[in-house]
Amino acid sequence: MASDWDFTYAVARIRVLETHLLSDADVGAMVAAKDEDAVLTYLRDKGWGDASGTKDAEEILKIEDEKTWATMRELRVDSSVFDVLALPKIYHNLKAAIKEVCTSYSNERAFYADDRYGRDQMVRIIQDRDFSALPEAMRQVAEEALETMLHTRDGQLCDILVDRACLDAIEAAGQKSNAKVIRAYAESFVAVTNIKIAVRAARTGKSPDFLQKALAPCKAFDVRLLAQAAFAGEDALMEYLNQSGYSEAAEALEQSPSAFERWCDNAQIRAIKPQKYEVCSVGPLVAYVLARQNEIKTARIILSGKANSLSDDAIRERTREMYV
Amino acid sequence: MGELGLFFGLLGAAVAVLFAGAGSALGVGIAGRAAAGVVTEDPNKFAQVLILQLLPGTQGIYGLLVGFITLSKIGLLGGNLASINLNTGLMILAACLPIGIVGLISGKSQGECSAASIGIVAKKPDQFGKAMLFPAMVETYAILALLISILAVSNIPV
Repeated sequence: MASDWDFTYAVARIRVLETHLLSDADVGAMVAAKDEDAVLTYLRDKGWGDASGTKDAEEILKIEDEKTWATMRELRVDSSVFDVLALPKIYHNLKAAIKEVCTSYSNERAFYADDRYGRDQMVRIIQDRDFSALPEAMRQVAEEALETMLHTRDGQLCDILVDRACLDAIEAAGQKSNAKVIRAYAESFVAVTNIKIAVRAARTGKSPDFLQKALAPCKAFDVRLLAQAAFAGEDALMEYLNQSGYSEAAEALEQSPSAFERWCDNAQIRAIKPQKYEVCSVGPLVAYVLARQNEIKTARIILSGKANSLSDDAIRERTREMYV
Repeated sequence: MGELGLFFGLLGAAVAVLFAGAGSALGVGIAGRAAAGVVTEDPNKFAQVLILQLLPGTQGIYGLLVGFITLSKIGLLGGNLASINLNTGLMILAACLPIGIVGLISGKSQGECSAASIGIVAKKPDQFGKAMLFPAMVETYAILALLISILAVSNIPV
């Protein structure tokens, strides 16, 4: 197992790269930009995109994502460190593949790109029922979700099964990891996702049975009480969130759905911020990847907001807090 | 018995050079990895990070100094070997222990501290002066050990 001091070189490189991350001031400047082109120009001035000078927003964002992973490959960081970050995408691809196989409706855009479990691989696994090709924790839920979909044609039930398995897998990966940042990320991810599920369930009047299936146990709070509060209604849920130390989530909920989504992402960025002061563990590397994903997501929000002529205030409400 | 005394005197010199040198090697190595990381991304910071990398190198020099004094004391350098009894030899060994042990620990710790300070320079190069102070604090304890070792070795009657 690598000792923390084995990451000294990598962390020092990351410290320099962090100076090129977008700050809250950069986000403010992009929101205030005249239009989508002005935002793209701003990003290109910051070094986004490549030498080809492409002006396609999605292409630029894709290049930036690839740059992050290229840096990690160059630093020779064991890719298993980042497995926990890929779990939501892999489980999402599983849901998409089950639906594609059961409905014979193909939509490539419904899948995330992934070297091991991308669209082609996942659809083949589900079609051939070759569940052994999946990670061990996914096999049972893949089979169960496929059977459920085939017998009931209930896409939502299939989603609940897979999403819950995803949360359990992230929680387990966090507990198993020696890295503080992975534990913090996993705990924050599961807690925030549970709150999201509870909010949606409260708004749509879901049954206690649904909530029991959908909510994953976590350290942050008692999910039984969260489920009871969600079943009792939105007011009861807000009261529970206030009592359990999530008053900011309750405040965001009161504001608007987009403010709540923003809080969800910001909560995760805050959970990894202490990594800025770590000297020699894998933490700053994982935090850097998450910070890059966060700024790419924020750039996408601003670009699509500008493309759709949203007001600056509406875009600002949706932008995420930056890592640096 | 005289040879055994000489052996312990020589062992003292070896302990001073070996442990303090090992501490410096570890420290400079750790800081060097951090410095290389910064220079990979920003070669302009080479001079600043090099100074921080060199800070943990002093323990090795202190060990070498005590080693020289010890070798001179037992007459190995001049070719006139002193007659050293077992008690004196053990006293010389004890006198060399402070710089040996403190040099090892402080060298490694200073290297870790330098690596952290290199992180400061990576993000805020204008804070170089402050960044240098943190690892320099560790140096204090190596200097204290050096003083005691020099005073003790010099004052042992041979």
